[in-house]
Amino acid sequence: MSSRSRVVLFLVSAAGLAAIFAWGFRDLPPMGDYRGPYGYALTQVAVYERHATDVVNAINYDYRGFDTLEEEFILFASVMGVLLIFRPAKGGKGDDDEKKKRQTQIDDDLPISDSLRVSMQGMAGIMIVFGVYIAAHGQLTPGGGFQGGVILASVPLVVYLSGNWRAFEQIISNPLVKIAECGGAAGYAVIGISALFFGAHFLTNIVPLGVTGDPFSAGTIALISLSVGAEVTGGFVLLMHVYLQEIIEERLGKKS
Amino acid sequence: MTLLQWTILLLVAVVAPGVVLSRDPKEQVVTLSFYGLLCGLMFFIFQAPDVALSQITIGAVMLPLMIMLALTKMRRQNIRRKREAKR
Amino acid sequence: MMTSHAPYFIAAWIFLWGLYGIVTSKNLVHQVVCLAILQTSTYVLLLAIGFKVGGTAPVFADIPVGTVVVDPLVQALMLTDVVVEATVMALLLSMVVKANELAGTVDPEELRILTG
Repeated sequence: MSSRSRVVLFLVSAAGLAAIFAWGFRDLPPMGDYRGPYGYALTQVAVYERHATDVVNAINYDYRGFDTLEEEFILFASVMGVLLIFRPAKGGKGDDDEKKKRQTQIDDDLPISDSLRVSMQGMAGIMIVFGVYIAAHGQLTPGGGFQGGVILASVPLVVYLSGNWRAFEQIISNPLVKIAECGGAAGYAVIGISALFFGAHFLTNIVPLGVTGDPFSAGTIALISLSVGAEVTGGFVLLMHVYLQEIIEERLGKKS
Repeated sequence: MTLLQWTILLLVAVVAPGVVLSRDPKEQVVTLSFYGLLCGLMFFIFQAPDVALSQITIGAVMLPLMIMLALTKMRRQNIRRKREAKR
Repeated sequence: MMTSHAPYFIAAWIFLWGLYGIVTSKNLVHQVVCLAILQTSTYVLLLAIGFKVGGTAPVFADIPVGTVVVDPLVQALMLTDVVVEATVMALLLSMVVKANELAGTVDPEELRILTG
């Protein structure tokens, strides 16, 4: 079917879909008029029951902790999928090396300005501290494992932008990255299973809850948040490793 | 709903077609990053700070980064293929 | 009042534009990004469902427990949504790169001809 007829067909069906949306949205309560009971129930109860002041993270890691376990394993599985897709083919590795030696390398050198170099070197340390702070204070203020993990995963990028390729390569090909990712994913499940040994349901909050407002409060919410942070960091750094490995090796080969 | 909230909603509604209509992937990376930042701002204005943090880090940094890495890898594959075709 | 239903229509508008981008795309990477735009329309919808006028963020670190807040449950769903978007994009982009390696092109029209 030609592209013009496809656009016409799409416009006709989009008009129909828009009509169905309009019909469906009539019965929804208007925005700003929140009626649901669960929000009210949770905001009354969450701070007293779990000693956690951030209700969204208390929901994520405690009240609906099972969904977050699923989501973490979605992240884990997709990182594993990317690694599998980029695995070198059988018998292809030997041929590839020869071809790479025969042809000249692709010249990708981009000069990095001095101001960028200096400012990125300063940023790396600050970002590590900030990422760990956000990941560790998930139960008190907005933040938590995911956000802190992604901030930590951008630290190798900042190192790369500061021109220090050797350090970047050492960071992303460290086996600790894989251990962090798998350990984080397993840690969540282990925390859930350990509740079973105390006679409670899976993922019950059995660790002593502490004082509200303390960094070490809210029981398993803080522990789960840290393990999710480790997993997210490991996952994203692994993705960078898969995509940039070839380029970095070439650059280091040229330099040395 | 206040004026600020209406403004950010309309801004998001106007920039989304802008991302779709930039056909070249290299252009689209920049527009997508801007859109991600706008969405993060929208979440912040509608009182959702956790989600705003997630959106800013993932939608404005990680997602454009992954697209650029994919584009780099594809460009190198194309260059290699052209060199082998010449041989 | 009709104006208060407007955010739902904005969500539908973004959804339809994302769908238009996927249907008329000539580049697989562009298609993947339009899928991301489509997912952001669900964020706008969830945000519209949970918002309460005059409410503040559901974090009780410095406000007393009885104050009016917006719905935290919907925000937990949105958090999951954002992370899943990033992971799905990662997997799709790796498939696009592999398709480019094997077929030499990222045009969906030409890729269809090469199958079979």
